[in-house]
Amino acid sequence: DTSLVEVNSFSASVPISPSSMINQYKFEDGPELRDLFITVDDPESHITAIETFITYRVVTKTTRGEFDSSEYEVRRRYQDFLWLKSKLEEAHPTLIIPPLPEKFIMKGMVERFSDEFIETRRKALHKFLNRIADHPTLTFNEDFKIFLTAQAWELSSHKKQGPGLLSRMGQTVRAVASSVRGAVKNRPEMFTEMNNYMETFSQKITLLDKIAHRIYKEERDYFNEMKEYGPIHTLWSASEEDIADSLKGIASCIDRCCKATERRMAGLSEHLLPILHEYVLYSEILMGVLKRRDQIQGELDSKVDTLANKKTEKDLFSEEIGKLEDKVERANNALKADWDRWKQNMQWDMRSSFTNVAENNLRYYEECLATWESFLASQSVDLHVEEDSEDRP
Amino acid sequence: MEDCLAKKMEITVSEAEKRTGRNAMNIQETYTAYLIETRAVESQSEGQCAPVESLWRRYSEFELLRNYLLVTYPHIVVPPLPEKRADFVWHKLSADNMDPDFVERRRIGLENFLLRVASHPVLCQDKIFYAFLTQESGWKEMVNETGFQLKADSRLKALNATFRVKNPDKRFTELKHYSDELQSVISHLLRVRARVADRLYGVYKVHGNYGRVFSEWSAIEKEMGDGLQSAGHHMDVYAASIDDILEEEEHYADQLKEYLFYAEALRAVCRKHELMQYDLETAAQDLTSKKQQCEELATGTVRTFSLKGMTSKLFGQETPEQREAKIKVLEEQIQEGEEQLKSKNLEGRDFVKSAWADIERFKEQKNHDLKEALISYAVMQISMCKKGIQVWTNAKECFSKM
Repeated sequence: DTSLVEVNSFSASVPISPSSMINQYKFEDGPELRDLFITVDDPESHITAIETFITYRVVTKTTRGEFDSSEYEVRRRYQDFLWLKSKLEEAHPTLIIPPLPEKFIMKGMVERFSDEFIETRRKALHKFLNRIADHPTLTFNEDFKIFLTAQAWELSSHKKQGPGLLSRMGQTVRAVASSVRGAVKNRPEMFTEMNNYMETFSQKITLLDKIAHRIYKEERDYFNEMKEYGPIHTLWSASEEDIADSLKGIASCIDRCCKATERRMAGLSEHLLPILHEYVLYSEILMGVLKRRDQIQGELDSKVDTLANKKTEKDLFSEEIGKLEDKVERANNALKADWDRWKQNMQWDMRSSFTNVAENNLRYYEECLATWESFLASQSVDLHVEEDSEDRP
Repeated sequence: MEDCLAKKMEITVSEAEKRTGRNAMNIQETYTAYLIETRAVESQSEGQCAPVESLWRRYSEFELLRNYLLVTYPHIVVPPLPEKRADFVWHKLSADNMDPDFVERRRIGLENFLLRVASHPVLCQDKIFYAFLTQESGWKEMVNETGFQLKADSRLKALNATFRVKNPDKRFTELKHYSDELQSVISHLLRVRARVADRLYGVYKVHGNYGRVFSEWSAIEKEMGDGLQSAGHHMDVYAASIDDILEEEEHYADQLKEYLFYAEALRAVCRKHELMQYDLETAAQDLTSKKQQCEELATGTVRTFSLKGMTSKLFGQETPEQREAKIKVLEEQIQEGEEQLKSKNLEGRDFVKSAWADIERFKEQKNHDLKEALISYAVMQISMCKKGIQVWTNAKECFSKM
């Protein structure tokens, strides 16, 4: 796999993925320290009286002591992934939880259960779990472990144990309310910078996503026209004698270039498009994380304001404020660390994806070049034969 | 081709100019005039250059020249003119006759036409052609004085009219078939090529959008900034490169177009043969029936049914004097008819011989030219691939530095 060689040349601090299935990720620790391997595959359709849904097979291999076994195989549906994500957000409000593929895609009019849609979703879900596995904090989350190991009925009963829907809604309402109150007063400079960065990043990544899709579409349209172009030359060769071989040669060159352009398209859709899309979703997530940090800060700020007006009950409040101050500090530190980590990952992902695009294009042009050059060589041979026959009396 | 004009004279269509003037109906119009420059080639050019002569001609005059050649040399595959209106356009090229790109390509096409005629062993010797190149005023009158329009067979213009020819030369029938196939396949090819060009343009140009966004993005990145910015520049270069690539391809399309129109000229020669053969067969048939009539009158036997025969049976025979007169007339006609048939036969055979000689010449030219065109197409593709490799190698390097 030549891509591994390329990765090596970037920097010594970027470790290599040992498994080609999870080669999209970089690992903070070296490969020898990775102890959790997850795959998502084998989509299966389930039809009940009420609904139709897809489950995916999630296979986990691990050497960790906390796991009772070294290998697990479970089946999960999209709802289960949603549950996991919300649990992680709950537990770690200022950590960057990886994005899930959307519920359904409106644009492109892909059918809900078309093969293309299911495959795209499967890959994204696979990514999602592996990103969590790579995260220094999230990887040890209890709900994550249960998600990977519990049988279906176990997971159902565990899900019911958590804080009910109403209390979760309550949290959301409070969160919205506090954000409306403008919790930006005492925001540290660092987080304002992050906010500004994310606003611009979000814009640009959305544009790039659109551009990449547009390129894919143009390449596909080009491919469709090319399919018709080659055969005309073959048709023409049937009426000719002297130039029949040249025409057939051109036809075969065009057909080969056609196949090469198909491969180029496939490369784009396999690597660049999913990554750009993932980062569009990441932008939303990050904006959300920054808001939640602001909320936590807002809680502290409003308590401090209240205290300023109630000079008599200072002692009662000071403990509460102390706790809130700790909370804010923990949240800030968690976010700062995760932000740095996210930025590094993003840089790596972008570099590798765009480099991959360049390599795809290089491969395409090199293939086409070889095709046309060999045609040209064959024609020169013919020309020499012709010249020789002219010299003969 | 020792005597052909092209060897003795340099011919170029060097300029095109917009003009306004009044046409035959005294209506103001805009048209393009083309400058034809000629210079005698000295066999020993020791620093002595013959002077350049020049005159202006417009497209309609070229058309007049060609129509004259078509009528005067029906056995020759007459080189075609570049198209009157832009056809097989893809979106970038406008179909406007005044568009500078179209005018430029037409200028080249007209020059090519003149060179083709000047290199043709028969056509290059034509005086009207020579005058077209050298005599600006009075040329039109000269052409009209040849009376070629009267010689033109209006039946040739009826493209779809079929003539029931019993014994055409098989070679011409096959050739006509071939010319139809050639026309059909080349126009199909040109149409698809135009669509492919359109799509290719789209692919390249969309990459240009990367440049702007990379640049804006690089403003907020510290480490990735330089890589993004320089990669964006290469994307711009990539997007811009398609313009030259497609312009070159237009010349290839023009080469194919010439043979698309040549197919028509080929067809015209076949049609001429068909017509001559038809006339010959009609004349022979006519002669045969006259001979038969004569025989019947002479012997008094009626072998074939005729209304005249019936009426004479019903209403009585003619007098011997009347019969004698008729026979005499018929015998004269038969005599004339036989002479005409003889000369028509001769004409027909000469036509077939000289036409076929030119067709062989044309075939060789066609095979040579088309093969060259196909090779040049491959060369263009190679150049495009090399440019692509260069740009993406540079881009890859920039991306890897992000």
